[in-house]
This record gives sequence, C-alpha cells and structure tokens, in this order.
Amino acid sequence: MGYQFDFGKVLQGEYLELILEGLQATMVVFVFSWVIGLVLAVVLTVIRAVEFKPTQFLVAAFVEYHRNIPMLIQLFVWYFGFAVVLPDAVNDYLNDIGAEIGYAIVALALNKAAYMSEDFRSGLRSIHPAQMEAARSIGLTYLGAMAWVILPQAWRLALPALLGQTLILFKGTSLAAAIGVAELSYQARYIEEQSFRIFEAYGIATAIYMLISFAIMWLSSILSKRYELRVK
Amino acid sequence: MLEIIQNYWLLLLIGEYPHGKLGGLAMTLIISFVSLIVTFPCAVLIALARTGKPGIIQSIANGFVHSVRAIPLLMLIFWAYFAVPMIIGFPIDAAFTLIVAIVIYQTAYLGEIIAAGITGLPKGQREAAAALGLGYVPTMFRIILPQAIFNVIPGIVNQLTTIIKESSLGSIIAVSELSYVMLQVNSNEVTKPLQIFGILAAVYFVLCFALSQATNWLERRISSRRTGQVVVEAVA
Repeated sequence: MGYQFDFGKVLQGEYLELILEGLQATMVVFVFSWVIGLVLAVVLTVIRAVEFKPTQFLVAAFVEYHRNIPMLIQLFVWYFGFAVVLPDAVNDYLNDIGAEIGYAIVALALNKAAYMSEDFRSGLRSIHPAQMEAARSIGLTYLGAMAWVILPQAWRLALPALLGQTLILFKGTSLAAAIGVAELSYQARYIEEQSFRIFEAYGIATAIYMLISFAIMWLSSILSKRYELRVK
Repeated sequence: MLEIIQNYWLLLLIGEYPHGKLGGLAMTLIISFVSLIVTFPCAVLIALARTGKPGIIQSIANGFVHSVRAIPLLMLIFWAYFAVPMIIGFPIDAAFTLIVAIVIYQTAYLGEIIAAGITGLPKGQREAAAALGLGYVPTMFRIILPQAIFNVIPGIVNQLTTIIKESSLGSIIAVSELSYVMLQVNSNEVTKPLQIFGILAAVYFVLCFALSQATNWLERRISSRRTGQVVVEAVA
C-alpha cells in the first residue's frame, strides 16, 4: 500500500498536546459522571425501597427511560433540548464557558444512576426476606438489621455488576464527542483530519482506551474476588 | 409537536425512499436485524472456542473478546469507516461499515451470552453424548448448542435491543438511520429541538421497551419450561 507508519508525527508537538487534552477531558467526564451517578443511584434505590407507590413509579419510569433510549439520544436531549428551556442570557454564558462537557457529565451520570440503581436493587432482592425477619427477631431495629445484616451482603452481590457498569461508562464517554466535547476520540478524529495519519491517530487513541479499560477490568476482577460473598 | 409528526412522519419511517436513499426507522430496523443475523454464527463460534479445550484457539478467542470489550464502539466505527474500504479495495456505503463495526463488537458480547448458555448446561448432557459414542461436532451441534441457545433466547433478544440502541451511532458517520434523519429535521426546524428529540426518544422507547418486555416474558416461559414448573414471581 506504500503507507509509511510514523507514530512520531502524531506523538509530538501540537498533536501530542491535543491527545493529552483529550485524555484529560475523557477522565474528567468519566470520574465526575461516575461519582454523581453512584450517589444518585443510592438515593434512587432508597426511594424505591420505601413502600409508596407514586415515588416508586417515578423511579421506575426514570430507570426505564434511561435503559430504553440510546445513550447518544440522551446526550442530544440534554445538549439540544435543555438549552431551549434556559433563558438566552444563561445560554450565552454556558456557551462561553464551554458547557458541552457539563451536559455530557449530566447525561452520562443520570444514565449510570439508572443502571446502577437497578444493580443495587437486584443485590437487595437476592437477600432472602427471612434474613430480615431473623435479624429483627434477635432484637435489631430495622435500620440496624439493614446496616449489619442486609447491606453488607447486598453491596457485595451488586459489586460485579457495578464494576461492569464502570467499564461501560468509561467507554461511553467517547459518545460525548458527538456533542462536541473535545475528548479522546474527538481529538483522534481531528488529528486524523488535519494530518491524514489515520492509523497513527486512531491507533494511539485506541491504545489509550484499551490500556485504561484493561486496568478497569483488572481492578474489577481483584475487587470482585476480594469482596465475593462466600456465605450464601 | 403534532405539526412535526405531521410534516415528517414519512421521513421518520422510511427516509427519502423511494426518491432517495432508504432511511429512518426502516433503516434502523434493517441495520439491527442484519447485524444480529450476521453476529449470531460468529458468536456461536466464539462461544465454542471459549468453552472448548484450552489451546491456541481458545487463547485467540479470549484475546478477541477482551480486546473488543476494551474499545468503545465509536472507535470501532471510526476504524471500520476507513479500514473496510481499504481492505476490500473500493468505497462502500456507510451503513455497511456500521454493520461491520456492530458485528465485531456484538460478537464479543453475544459470544459471552451463548458461552454462558453452554457452561450452564448440566455436565451429564456431554457425558451421555460421549457414552453414546458421539464425536465433538455432533455432540456440540445436535446436543449442546440446541439446548444452550434455547436457554439463552432471552439474552439474545435483549442483545437486539442493545444493537438497536447502538445503531444510533450511525448518525455520527452519516448513515441515514432514525437518529440521523431526526438530526437533519432538527437543523431544518432549528427552534424545536426539545420536541424533535422528544419524538426521537419516544420512538426508541416504544421499540426497546416492547422488546425488553418480550425478553421478560420469554425468560419466564423458558425458565418454567426448563424446571418443569410455574415460576413464582420473586417478591421485592
């Protein structure tokens, strides 16, 4: 094909800077939406555990919305749709500070909150109800039984699924490129367009994604083994 | 909102067909079904390699699955967009590249589901087949796979929902599927993004929610057939 590989061209100067900036944006989106998503997921799980039909229905609707619509469309709804609701002055300000990344974090965090709350819920559901009765009958209060008997088992059961969601979220950050967040895959495409170095630009971005994904997978398998529920 | 539906419903359903390219919902469905149908045999092979004897084939299959799981689908689509025309030597439709990328990606995931079906079968099935003198190929294709695949039908249908959602990424490389068509409608209308993306979200929701309900129903049917009893719904 007569194509000369030259990784040096992409790995120096302006292009290297773009890749590093992209990596930084990817990590910012990943970490922020993971933390926000996890906290929201816990809140959603608690709301759903309380026996009150209207709020339970709302949480279920929230979960189903996020599970049955493509992640990309959720990003579009926030990025294109939400801006219309805001007054012009706020929009101008948001455009000035580059709010795409904020929209990406919000959309990804809400999406992960929905999935993670389902994981927590299925962890809770797989603890036999008799355990609660047994805990109450030896004199623990409801909260005590939750804290000392149910939750220590439930979070261990939910852990593998949560770690799986973490990997999916990391890969999902690449979708933020579609709304113009200058993260890793966005930069890879930009460099490719500027330098015509298709293989180098995509090769480096892919290698970085794989490296971090493998790290997440490796950590996941260690944590899953470490906190595996051995008594069942 | 009604106005948008009135003006664009045909575009939403079939794109510019018959005056131009097929698109819209029809395109999304075609891409999804074709992807699933092509993925299926690949996934069966990966599952067989993953659950078979340790060796070079298993290592390759393991490497493939782990690598694909480590890459975002968007990166695979970018790769396919440039690499596929280069490999086959002539330019092709973007829809085709999207299908190639989804097939590679989903082979890893669907392969895991089918592998789980295979390892989930009781060991006695394989031993009984061996006792009858069946070789590896007839054992797998006539005894193990028919049962394993039947048991994971819900997982396969669920994967179809995932593929439908993933096909929305086609809008990034200008495949005229549902999301792309709506993005164009959005740039025509300019002032109504909330309604337009609301409609888009609703279409996907109806499609995927119906499929996931079907998955739940299949799951109940199949597990009751497998255990020979009616499954009592778990109480939360």
